[in-house]
Formats: sequence, structure tokens, C-alpha cells
Amino acid sequence: MLFGMLEIQRSLVDAIVAHARADHPDEACGVIAGPIGSDRPERLIPMVNAVRCPTLYEFDSMDLLRLYREMDDRDEVPVVIYHSHPATQAYPSRTDITQASEPDAHYVVVSIRETGPAEGPFEFRSFRIVDGEVTEEQVSILE
Amino acid sequence: MTIEVRIPTILRPLTSGEKLVSAQGATLQEVVNDLELNYPGISERLIDESGLRRFINIYVNDEDVRFLSGLQSAIGENDSITILPAVAGG
Repeated sequence: MLFGMLEIQRSLVDAIVAHARADHPDEACGVIAGPIGSDRPERLIPMVNAVRCPTLYEFDSMDLLRLYREMDDRDEVPVVIYHSHPATQAYPSRTDITQASEPDAHYVVVSIRETGPAEGPFEFRSFRIVDGEVTEEQVSILE
Repeated sequence: MTIEVRIPTILRPLTSGEKLVSAQGATLQEVVNDLELNYPGISERLIDESGLRRFINIYVNDEDVRFLSGLQSAIGENDSITILPAVAGG
């Protein structure tokens, strides 16, 4: 993958959008794991938003431990960390920026503000967030 | 006692890239103090004025220390500590 780009399968994009719609009006969140060093998002892991909130998300601390142990066992890292914005644009909020704790991850934000839980247009954008700096990157969807 | 501590990616610049380090202490607070001696700056990434930072999770073996005794959680021989920043946002 070129620096500054996220390459992702169409099926994974669709699954993330479906997750966002299913969790509406709360923010949906999850991870796509991939082999260490590959930068390839391969294994989708939808997570529970432990705070169940339309404007915040957080993984439960024990879910988090299980997730990282499992990735470690499989020699994986979190290639994509995604969450949805049910009512706002697909851009990292101030909270997203201050909380981003995986410097190597692609932070995907999906907005379903146009149609909410129903089918329809959505926004799917990806960012690197490192030391408080946000850099948007191109998304290349592989069919 | 000497135990192993797993360091998350975001803190590895403080441990020269090491993801597994050793530390000593009978409580989590003592372990953090010991980590600070070897890896200056790590303590303030874990602890603030009110104690363990809100968006830092620390586990002793399989238990979140917030369900034990927080920074006073006892650390025993062969225990393993894992540090994971929260995955959160808004």
C-alpha cells in the first residue's frame, strides 16, 4: 500500500457501513486486523460501543484486552480502527484526535448522516492521526 | 518482585522500541515508579493528579486493575502486566 492511502475490499466497506446503520443512533466502532507489517486490512472485528452514545465510542476494557491478545496470538495488528458519525461529517472530531492511540492505524470515519439507519448515500473517509495531527488519505476500494 | 510489562505501540518510543520490559514492585504504583527510573516520562503517560489516567487500561494478568485496587493492586511473582490505551473517540 502506498503511504497516504488505504486499500480496502468492497465487502469490508459494506460491512462497516452496515454496522454503522445497525448501531444507529449510537456510534458504531470496530477494528480490521491484518498481518504485522502488511498494512492490509483483512479481518473485520466489529466491537461493542461500551458507552452506547450517539457522540462517543469506547471499547469495553475487557473486550479490548481480548482483542489485543487475539491479534497478538495471530501476529496481527489493528490496521483499521473505524467508527461512525450518525449525524455529523466523516471527519475526526476533537475527541477522535486527542484519543487516537494507535499511531500506525488507518482511522476510518463513516458518516450516515444522510439516511441514518436506512440504505442510501454515506461518506467513508480514512485518516492517519499521529501526535495530534490529522492527515486525510485516499481510499482505494478493491472490488 | 520482578515481573514483565507489555508496552503498547504508542509508548514504545519511551522504551527504545521494546514491547516487553521488566520491572519491580509489590504494587502497581511501585511498578510504575520503577518503570519511570528506567524509562523517564512513562509515568506521566499512565498517571495524572487523580490517579490512573482515564483512557489508559492496565491489567494484571487477566484483570483490569480498576476492578482490583487500582494503583494499589498487589503484584505477585510471575504476574504479568499489560498496558493498553483505550480505543475511544467521539
